[in-house]
Amino acid sequence: MAGLHKSEFENPVVNWIDTRMPIFTMMQKEYGSFPTPKNFNYFWNFGALAMISLAIMIATGIFLAMNYTAHTSLAFDSVERIMRDVNYGWLLRYIHANGASMFFIVVYIHIFRALYYGSYKAPRELLFMLGVVILLLMMATAFMGYVLPWGQMSYWGATVITNLFSAIPIVGEGIVTWLWGGFSVDNPTLNRFFSLHYLMPFMITGVVFLHIVALHITGSNNPLGIDVKSPQDTLPFHPYYTAKDSIGICVYLLVFAGLVFFAPNLLNHPDNYIPANPLVTPAHIVPEWYFLPYYAILRSVPNKLGGVILMFSSIAVLFVLPWLDTSPVRSARFRPIYKQLILVMVASFLVLGYVGGKPPEGIYVVLGRVATAYWFLHFLVLLPILGKLERPLPLPESISRPVVRRPPSSGGGGPLPQGATAKPMEKP
Amino acid sequence: MRIALALAVFLTAGVALAPGAFAQGHEAVEAPKQPWSFNGPFGTFDRASMQRGFQVYKEVCSNCHSMKEMYYRNLTSIGLNEEQVKAIAASATVPGGTDDSGQAVERPALPSDHFRSPFANDKAARSANGGALPPDQSLIVKARENGSDYVFALLNGYEDAPADVKVGEGQYYNKYFPGHQLAMPAPLHEGAVTYADGTPATIEQMSRDVTQFLTWTSNPDLEVRKRMGVKVVLFLTLMTGLTYAVKKKVWKDVH
Ligand code: HEC
Ligand code: HEM
Repeated sequence: MAGLHKSEFENPVVNWIDTRMPIFTMMQKEYGSFPTPKNFNYFWNFGALAMISLAIMIATGIFLAMNYTAHTSLAFDSVERIMRDVNYGWLLRYIHANGASMFFIVVYIHIFRALYYGSYKAPRELLFMLGVVILLLMMATAFMGYVLPWGQMSYWGATVITNLFSAIPIVGEGIVTWLWGGFSVDNPTLNRFFSLHYLMPFMITGVVFLHIVALHITGSNNPLGIDVKSPQDTLPFHPYYTAKDSIGICVYLLVFAGLVFFAPNLLNHPDNYIPANPLVTPAHIVPEWYFLPYYAILRSVPNKLGGVILMFSSIAVLFVLPWLDTSPVRSARFRPIYKQLILVMVASFLVLGYVGGKPPEGIYVVLGRVATAYWFLHFLVLLPILGKLERPLPLPESISRPVVRRPPSSGGGGPLPQGATAKPMEKP
Repeated sequence: MRIALALAVFLTAGVALAPGAFAQGHEAVEAPKQPWSFNGPFGTFDRASMQRGFQVYKEVCSNCHSMKEMYYRNLTSIGLNEEQVKAIAASATVPGGTDDSGQAVERPALPSDHFRSPFANDKAARSANGGALPPDQSLIVKARENGSDYVFALLNGYEDAPADVKVGEGQYYNKYFPGHQLAMPAPLHEGAVTYADGTPATIEQMSRDVTQFLTWTSNPDLEVRKRMGVKVVLFLTLMTGLTYAVKKKVWKDVH
């Protein structure tokens, strides 16, 4: 559809640009007047926080890259040079290193929000799946980033994780050699990891863009999990949610600053301040905290291939989650049993994280296995059955009228019959 | 739902009990916490202690341990002036490239030089230390769990091995070293150095001073970082309050 855009902006320069390329109109539509459910709680801040995290990582990363040298004999010292001789280099690096942790904390809470309020259900399945793609890309990016300072954990973490692919029958060994660019983790590995570490955040940016496009088609979910019915249910994004997100950003920056300035190595492993040495294996090789749950799943299976498959499946289940959960009700607020189960699921994730940081022996193995079992039980068995068995609570009529009008027969408080609860799920 | 709760309780109880179940097997003795001047959000280094610590490093530790990330010029940060730094650098001889005939030469170090390493390479260091490599000390505090407390404890932790422990050839018994036997002989003894400021050079005093110095070499940014951090946190707290007030105002008519 060719033709100039009829811009409504008054500023002549803005108007001139907008007429030829209506990006101002688009921003106004998507971030200014964009109708947003008015009942968001603070869990809805975490999407904005994830965006901020990504921006911070890219900004600091580009400046680190100006002073970093991707060579096995120089990488460790170049990072130390950043810490000691580059002006505010310590600040850049500590922001980048802790920024990765902040990014994962934020994204994990963001995902929890999606699971708790059923944001993955129709019509937001694709939006949710794009989110899982972002998670996977983030994991790859962070893993390769951790290799760059070329400390002991960098080297041994890279060795252990890349070696997982050798479990694949027949082609496994070949794949590992191909990943390494040689017969062990070495200079070619470091070089390609740096290249990919620089590339992937921009791929993430691309997928984030698609994630937002999808979001602005379906509209946001909300804590009640019911659809927007009328304009009374919504507020323009600006100034209401710009103001609310700003509070979240301030608190996020406070926590972030606490880490960077007062405990910059709290989440790092001391061994990574020892230069990589292929001849000395650290007593315990542990990944960064945000990978511990998957590491625990990996080690809970005695068979290597089995462990690898289970580990990847633990995230793959999220891709099919929209179809595993058979309940038509989105928000856990109206699902009495799901509400309990999701907490158990979170508990099992935390237990896995805890176990992942411990040696694989005794009680830790048992705990890891129980938690792993629950993780899969939850998604593959309980969620599909639950949709059929659970009696959801009555849903409110609309966001602006959260009071439930109970039909006289239900005697107050009792769940509505199936037909009534399904009503709010009509297509918008 | 019952099952869910029971599961949750089981999982959390397991986590709570697990550390206890393994406490006995653990070897290393936890280093006691020390009241360092650099602890806490307002912590700073103790200049006098750092300078004494540098003396201990220079006269004792640097006979075996390198400190490759440090330059002599960095020493102005522990309160030495440029003349002193020049003199300290000049007292060390470092490789100076080659002369016109291609022969390797040595020269006195400059402030812009890295600290002199005691050995030409790792192999030389090993062969002089019974096969063990004295680790580079630039980052020693950051490279150990609770590094400052650990290094201090280690230097004070030499004692006679219990009767049932057989100490290996060229190994020394130390309470705080993981595994209790290491290849470093107790590096400090009473009066190993003579402090210019008259501080008695007890083992504990020297350990405290050298740890102060090593904490700085691992974290040269510590003071600037904490000072900046206090300002940033104050600013952000203010911003949070302000933003909260703005949000309240924007939202006041929404119900
Ligand atoms: C005679 C040579 C020698 C001297 C002098 C010496 N060290 Fe060591 N140091 C070693 C050796 C060798 C090791 C390696 C020990 C091992 O791994 O078994 C070591 C290891 C260490 C470690 C690491 C322990 C660990 O957890 O791995 C620290 C810390 C240390 N020395 C501090 C010092 C300090 C501080 C001084 C000066 C007061 C000093 N050393 C003086 C030889 C020496
Ligand atoms: C999704 C965004 C990103 C994540 C999650 C991420 C994560 C990480 C991590 C965990 C480290 C190791 C930090 C350490 O312990 O020292 C690292 C290092 C590094 N990253 Fe990134 N990063 C991201 C984006 C970028 C970008 C866009 C660049 C470059 C343009 C970059 C450049 C670097 C460099 C040069 C290092 C090595 C320096 C160092 O180790 O501190 N990063 N990254």
